[in-house]
Amino acid sequence: MNWFHPHLVARRAGVARLVIWAGLGLVLVAFFRAQVLSAGRYQLASEQNRLRAVPIPAPRGLIVDRNGEVLAENEPGYAVALIAATEDSLVALLTRIQPMLGLDPASFPDIRARYRRRPSEPVVVQHDVPFEAVSALEERRVLVPGLVIQTTPKRRYSFGSLAAHALGYVSEITEEELASGTVAGARPGTLVGRDGIERTYDDRLRGRDGVRFVEVDALGRTVRDQDVAPGLPPAPGATIRTSIDIALQRFVAETFPAGRRGAVVVLDPRTGELLTLFSAPAYDPNAFIGGIDPDVWQELRRSTEHPLINRTIQAAYPPASPWKLVVAAIALERGAVRLHDHMPSPCRGGLQYYSRYFRCWSVEGHGDVDLFDAIRFSCDVYFYQLGLRLGLETLLQEAGALGMHQAVGIDLPNERTSFFPPSTEYYNRRYGPRGWTPAVTLNLAIGQGENVQTPLNMAYFYALLASSTGRVPPPHLVDVPSGVPVRELRLTEALRADLRMALLAVVESGTAVASRVADLHIAGKTGTAQNPQGADHGWFVAFAPAEAPEVVVAAIVEFAEHGSSVAPMVTRIIARHLRGVEASDWGVPRLLVPDDSAPGSVPIIPGNPTGAGTRTR
Amino acid sequence: MLARERAEGMVVLATSAALLAMGIAVLYSAGQTDVPTAAGHLWERQLTFLGVGAVLAFLVSRMSLRLLEWLTPAAYVLGLVLLLLTLIVGTGAGTAAGARSWLAIGGTRIGQPSELVKLAVVLMLARHLAGRRGPPTTLWQLVPAGLIVGVAFVLVGLQPDLGSALVFISVLFAMLFWAGVSPWLLLFLASPLLSLLFAFSTLSWGIWIAVLTAVLFWQRPYVLEGLTVWLTNVGMGIMALTLWNRLAPYQQNRVLSFLNPEVDPRATGWHIIQSKVAIGSGGLLGKGFTQGTQKRLAFLPEQATDFIYSVVGEEFGFLGVFLSLLLFGLLLGTMVNIARRSRDPFSSLVIFGIVGVFFTHVVENIAMTVGMMPITGIPLPFFSYGGSFLLTCCIALGIVLRVAQDAGRAGYGD
Repeated sequence: MNWFHPHLVARRAGVARLVIWAGLGLVLVAFFRAQVLSAGRYQLASEQNRLRAVPIPAPRGLIVDRNGEVLAENEPGYAVALIAATEDSLVALLTRIQPMLGLDPASFPDIRARYRRRPSEPVVVQHDVPFEAVSALEERRVLVPGLVIQTTPKRRYSFGSLAAHALGYVSEITEEELASGTVAGARPGTLVGRDGIERTYDDRLRGRDGVRFVEVDALGRTVRDQDVAPGLPPAPGATIRTSIDIALQRFVAETFPAGRRGAVVVLDPRTGELLTLFSAPAYDPNAFIGGIDPDVWQELRRSTEHPLINRTIQAAYPPASPWKLVVAAIALERGAVRLHDHMPSPCRGGLQYYSRYFRCWSVEGHGDVDLFDAIRFSCDVYFYQLGLRLGLETLLQEAGALGMHQAVGIDLPNERTSFFPPSTEYYNRRYGPRGWTPAVTLNLAIGQGENVQTPLNMAYFYALLASSTGRVPPPHLVDVPSGVPVRELRLTEALRADLRMALLAVVESGTAVASRVADLHIAGKTGTAQNPQGADHGWFVAFAPAEAPEVVVAAIVEFAEHGSSVAPMVTRIIARHLRGVEASDWGVPRLLVPDDSAPGSVPIIPGNPTGAGTRTR
Repeated sequence: MLARERAEGMVVLATSAALLAMGIAVLYSAGQTDVPTAAGHLWERQLTFLGVGAVLAFLVSRMSLRLLEWLTPAAYVLGLVLLLLTLIVGTGAGTAAGARSWLAIGGTRIGQPSELVKLAVVLMLARHLAGRRGPPTTLWQLVPAGLIVGVAFVLVGLQPDLGSALVFISVLFAMLFWAGVSPWLLLFLASPLLSLLFAFSTLSWGIWIAVLTAVLFWQRPYVLEGLTVWLTNVGMGIMALTLWNRLAPYQQNRVLSFLNPEVDPRATGWHIIQSKVAIGSGGLLGKGFTQGTQKRLAFLPEQATDFIYSVVGEEFGFLGVFLSLLLFGLLLGTMVNIARRSRDPFSSLVIFGIVGVFFTHVVENIAMTVGMMPITGIPLPFFSYGGSFLLTCCIALGIVLRVAQDAGRAGYGD
């Protein structure tokens, strides 16, 4: 039998064709699975292969003042980033661009660590690269495959240190913050607000980063960086409009005695808006851009002048004489006194209480004065007796109700809580149940003793006094803070008007007479906070016009000796604000008023404990 | 009848021409990258090879099969000598940098003899089998055939070029099958290799030995042969581990990453993953001629040689894959028909041997790109860049065309 018989061969050919078509069919099925059923997955993988996302930082929102003047803006800046396939090639690239950028080799381990965390993303090598270096790099792009130049907006504070404490500053997000995920949508290099409005309104200012794509080859070298794939444009941060009047702020800064420390708060009593928040000395927030120089930072931190502290809200001073209005308001509201009531003892330069003699600031005494004149001349003896009439318990309770031992709740971070004893329990704890006498009431009644207030808290109280309703929203720079109690002075409008007239008399004919401004009815109160560490601090809290106040100014100048030396500055600020720029040019008025601070009480029998003395912090 | 034979010749000519045209186009595209690669101008050189190949094919197609049969032993011996020379003075290059598969004189690489030897082995085996009175019926009778292939297998395997070596095995089985060797005998012949494969787990190997024992008792070959088969299988199972350890690390890695490409996506699995991504992302219609991003950005490895079919998949999509596989199927099917129609056993066996070579290359290469087969560096006929293999293919086509012609002239028919 022929073993190549056509019949047999035909059968084998059939088997062979079957095997061939089945084999090719199986292969086709495999391709069908990959190209039709899983096409989406592989297309995604292919895109991920070739595309690298480069973030486009969102420009941070502007901060403008109440008139639209730009306080914080953005400048174009450049950052140099690298895409590398492996850490080895990253190091090779780094050593290549090191001389061009003048990189510090000490930063290499840090860059490598960041690369290891996100190997597929461009790793930023240097921020804030000057334009010349960027163009030099662009020319040598061939030598540096994987080079990505990112434009990163830089923060700039147009007015430098002028409104530094209100604005705050920004710095780059730290690795810890990135790891903890506290900042939404953050990536390395994101700017985060560190203080002031920048911090409080960080979420609104930050915006949303966009993304663009570059095409890379298998070795991670950038092949194309234009029109590769549709990216996502960044959404710029919102513009924050503050209530600050930068022109007024500048005037305040110029008016404030040069070289002195202190704070000035300018507040609209009708809305609670802050027109000026001035603290001296200040710092330049621009120094924080692109990472602050460690030396500069140490200097700012260590300086005995504490320039980083915002004295309007982070420093508290004994309120001294301006506090008398708090006591007067409480007494009037309680019905303990009326405006023209006299006290049992006329002022003869002091008051004897138990074994101590409490002096008035005026050695010769004010005689028999009513409340109106006691405010006008800042008579300590009158207020000693008024305090005693109210009683310690009532004073503590009512002052607490007015918020005098609270923070204002301003929309800025790290506000300090003002201190006023919450109850007599405080004295028991501090001095022991028998360690103190009701004599502390006398000190508290004239703004001395265990009482320190931030300038803003004092401004808030005077705003309540100045307001036509007795209710003022918490002082703020941008938004009325939510969840913060709105303070209220439960005093009839007539009584508040009486107090305003008494304060008007202070400036018109009282302790601050020298700072009068013609045809401007300014009401205010001077004060001298005794300072055991040195010269006294001078207070002046004022508002104007006295009949229908539009502005409240609280100012403190450290070591100014007397409040009356502060008063002219404040009246000039008020005049500048109410009358405009041209009215502000008067020169400095002479200071003629005497010191209105009560000297410490003297023991009648020497050796007797003094009770609670004046404390300043 | 004459028309039909001529038609078959025309189909072979047309399909291979179409595949060659497509191959050159894809090779051109493989050189179009955004990143400079070695594949830049290979298509021009491939065109030169093709010109030489076409001349060779024409010459071979003018050559009598009897002359070819007469020349066969000389060609076979020459092939073996070249392989020996390669082992002694060979160099590695290109995709087979680690293997001594290139014959070079004075630093100039001339070619890869292993490709031409495939054809020589087909001819020699056909000559041997055609010279027999009937198909081999015992293992003993298979020994000469086994030797003809085995020597070439060992010499190529020593380079080491396992992929090409395995082609010899598949050709051996294809031609024995075509010669009418009983399937059981083929199974016994293949059993040691199967035993090696099943040895990855004791259970599967145990089942395999049990089944083999049962088949041996049922088929009742000579006792000595049965015993030999059985003992070889047991021996293979025991040696499997040692053999595995003797594989070069890159060969082990190829098998491992075939089983699980994600084991080491950067190194060993890279080829398979990137090739699958290229093919899969091609989708139904592909990314367009020269537009494949995987290829353009050099993610695709060896895009001009071993993985050229990934470019087909990426740029022409499933449609292109379907068309090219259809062309390959038509070509191979027609060649089977030519082999069937040829009444002279030598011609018939030669054609079927060529079918075996092509089929193995096509299926292994294409299936490898989509992760169905482990990676072996064997080229895809008509597509992969490579002079030796293209010339081999052209000569083979020349023989096929000649046999198709002869069948028509002889006036044979069924």
